[in-house]
Amino acid sequence: MVSARKQFDVLIVGGGPAGIAAAVSAAQSGKRVGIVDDNPALGGQIWRGETAQSNSEAAAWLAKLHAWDVEVCAGTRVFDQPVSGVLRAESGDGTYQIEYGKLILATGARERFLPFPGWTLQNVMGAGALQALVKSGLPVSGKRVAIAGTGPLLLAVAAYLKNDGAKVVAIYEQVSRTALAKFALKVAAQRGKLAQALWLRKELRDIPLITNAWPVAARGNGVVESVVLCRGGKHEEIACDYLACGFHLVPNTELAVLLGCRLQNGYVQVDDFQQTSQPNVFCAGEPTGIGGVELSLIEGQIAGLVAIGKEGEAQSLFSARRKMRSFAEALDRTFALRPELKSLASTGTIVCRCEDVKYGQMTQHRSWRAAKLHTRCGMGPCQGRVCGPATQFLLGWTPESVRPPIFPVALENLISETHEEKEHTFVM
Amino acid sequence: MSAEKYDVVIMGAGIVGAACALECARQKMRVAVVDHDVIGGGATAAGMGHIVVMDDSEAQFALTRYSQQLWQQLRPELPDDVEYTQCGTIWVAADDEEMAEVHRKASYYQRRGVPVQILSAEDLARLEPNLRKGMAGGLLVTEDGVLYPPCAARFLIEQAQALGATVQVGAPVAEIGNGRVRRADGSELSAGVIVNAAGAWAPELTRGISVKKRKGHLVITDRYPGFIQHQLVELGYLKSAHSVSSDSVAFNVQPRRTGQVLIGSSRQYGAEHKEVDHEILGRMLQRAQEYMPRLSQTSAIRVWTGFRAATPDKLPLIGPWGEDSTVFLATGHEGLGITTSLATGRLLADQLSGRASQIAREPYLPSRATTMEHAHV
Ligand SMILES: Cc1cc2nc3c(=O)[nH]c(=O)nc-3n(C[C@H](O)[C@H](O)[C@H](O)COP(=O)(O)OP(=O)(O)OC[C@H]3O[C@@H](n4cnc5c(N)ncnc54)[C@H](O)[C@@H]3O)c2cc1C
Ligand SMILES: Cc1cc2nc3c(=O)[nH]c(=O)nc-3n(C[C@H](O)[C@H](O)[C@H](O)COP(=O)(O)OP(=O)(O)OC[C@H]3O[C@@H](n4cnc5c(N)ncnc54)[C@H](O)[C@@H]3O)c2cc1C
Repeated sequence: MVSARKQFDVLIVGGGPAGIAAAVSAAQSGKRVGIVDDNPALGGQIWRGETAQSNSEAAAWLAKLHAWDVEVCAGTRVFDQPVSGVLRAESGDGTYQIEYGKLILATGARERFLPFPGWTLQNVMGAGALQALVKSGLPVSGKRVAIAGTGPLLLAVAAYLKNDGAKVVAIYEQVSRTALAKFALKVAAQRGKLAQALWLRKELRDIPLITNAWPVAARGNGVVESVVLCRGGKHEEIACDYLACGFHLVPNTELAVLLGCRLQNGYVQVDDFQQTSQPNVFCAGEPTGIGGVELSLIEGQIAGLVAIGKEGEAQSLFSARRKMRSFAEALDRTFALRPELKSLASTGTIVCRCEDVKYGQMTQHRSWRAAKLHTRCGMGPCQGRVCGPATQFLLGWTPESVRPPIFPVALENLISETHEEKEHTFVM
Repeated sequence: MSAEKYDVVIMGAGIVGAACALECARQKMRVAVVDHDVIGGGATAAGMGHIVVMDDSEAQFALTRYSQQLWQQLRPELPDDVEYTQCGTIWVAADDEEMAEVHRKASYYQRRGVPVQILSAEDLARLEPNLRKGMAGGLLVTEDGVLYPPCAARFLIEQAQALGATVQVGAPVAEIGNGRVRRADGSELSAGVIVNAAGAWAPELTRGISVKKRKGHLVITDRYPGFIQHQLVELGYLKSAHSVSSDSVAFNVQPRRTGQVLIGSSRQYGAEHKEVDHEILGRMLQRAQEYMPRLSQTSAIRVWTGFRAATPDKLPLIGPWGEDSTVFLATGHEGLGITTSLATGRLLADQLSGRASQIAREPYLPSRATTMEHAHV
């Protein structure tokens, strides 16, 4: 396979809102700016499938990105840093050895999934995952979809699926109606675009939003046929063709950890200038805290500006960021998982899907590391991306160190070229 | 505060400490095992788990063969998660010179009663079709096997516990000697005998023993059931061992029960950090691809490293430490500690209980160390 070398003054990993904003801000300097994302096109989770032609905020940002001379490497996944200042990435047609002067990590977040009996049945999936499948062509017209879990993402997904012709049976939200109402008020007060996106959409009007309710089991013969919910202390069973679940988001911090960036409460620690604990490495968007699109955009801009030495300009965005961060904190508070969810899994429930490890096997151990060594949980291809965050909540375990590759790669791609001196031609 | 009292306190819940604990408990000794990490979390978590008979020296052969037979005896009791499989080893010969080594090795093993089978080029290609075309042949050692070391260590520890042994994990030990084990938090255990089975970290507890860290890298792939059937090891290391640098790589691949392929191996001295070294990793994988071209397209899911406890004469240290009559050593197993753990436990318990041993213990006594050091200058 071919292996090509690339060099950037500023390299951005992740092409969601944070990454796009960072690239646009950094590109103004005339420096060599590159952006890498593992999806076929830029956009990240929320702007997946948007183009510069569509009439939206996404389109505006993408148009700006194209106006500047930013090199876009889509369908390319960063999996390793063989030496400091050099990343390795895999794409369909080979590998890249990418050298950078400054690096901005904008790797986003993924859904947290909690195991309950039946969650491995077909058509039980992550809410965002189902949305992504529908975006890439899965027909859901007329299908009954039950949505359960927690967080504003559930509403967004419900609206999206409804638009696509799905019959959304109900949204089951684990938090209380009061907590939700308080949060809604705060959102409305901020008049954020997220507020409009989530709360004022007409699609949601006739979808029942049931609070204080959560899934306890999925039933079906190979494929899900119904979901059992705990609602006001009682169990009720609802028929469905799809069960879309999500228990809020967890940050993608693997690359940051591989690079040696310090974490704080599970998020990448950054200073006011989005600088991580590693020199020349910045982080923006969800890995620094789950705060939605607007915060991601602001953090991305700050990181992009600081990376090209425009700290002053970056500072003018601090107050906007402060406001959005308070929203992020409200999100965390509001959608904190209730303790009852810790007993969703029974001894026989599979927790690690890659290696078929059951909850009862894991609870015999005292730490993630011990459980991993003795049950193989987290040892499969996803390397604990699903069961790690689940057990973090269920058992209070902290997943262990990250090892390369951070995504599975063709074995030959792990062989990096002999490390010739990295060329120091950077302007900074 | 009075210290807890034991006949034997074992430092380290790796596979060697676990085997020692079980054998001592079987001899009715009051045993405690202390480890600052989890059971089997050191080299035992990193190792390949190849149960292999080796012939670098008579003493190495005796220990590996004895231990391999102990594993075979234990087999009916091993729980499923130990994944013991007697898949056999094939020593792969790439050319005629290496084929000559196959014949030498075959007669060495046959004379000592180890079942082997010489494989022609065609036999080898049939048994392992994913090997590069044009290999000269190989030697199949049928009683060699593979297991999953952390669960094996846990099993041995559980057996010891069933006989009354105490296990204390998550407790770092600061100092040992004169019948006392002092933990980092200041608390103490009192012991008739302290066994230092702290693997590559043993010199931190017993200064002056000739054990050095030797770092190794391993790579695991996704599941490819049937990709290989035996543990495959190149004989080419005979030649590469003469290379100028002390760091070396060799083709050494293992079939896991899951269908995954575990790929080794590398050896480095003087590397103290567990971070992946991309240069030697690259060389190791290059070597693996040369022998098995189709490996290059398999999906690699994780790379890790581990530290072997290496001694100058490639033999472990099993027995009393001359400078403190209460300290015994059970370390220095280099790349064979999974294999030789059970024999180590036996030899150690024999010495502590005054029982005769089934193989000569002299080659492994730490007292040989002075002469050994001499020979290696
Ligand atoms: C599954 C899911 C669905 C969502 N749906 C909605 C929605 O419908 N409405 C809504 O308002 N909010 C939604 N959100 C929240 C929204 O995505 C975030 O608020 C916002 O997009 C965060 O932007 P970001 O740039 O930080 O991260 P993201 O948009 O997540 O972008 C990060 C990008 O980096 C890529 N990446 C990560 N690691 C690597 C790597 N090593 N190499 C290459 N690329 C990499 C990822 O694939 C992704 O494309 C969703 C979130 C998730 C996780
Ligand atoms: C890459 C690699 C591949 C290998 N492949 C094989 C193979 O295929 N076959 C084979 O037979 N062998 C193999 N080995 C060798 C084998 O893994 C080791 O020889 C064996 O695991 C050693 O076991 P141990 O119990 O002596 O050491 P360890 O497993 O390292 O146990 C030592 C224990 O002591 C504890 N400890 C250390 N210091 C302290 C302290 N101060 N206080 C408390 N506790 C302490 C540690 O936490 C650890 O748990 C391989 C090794 C490596 C690195």
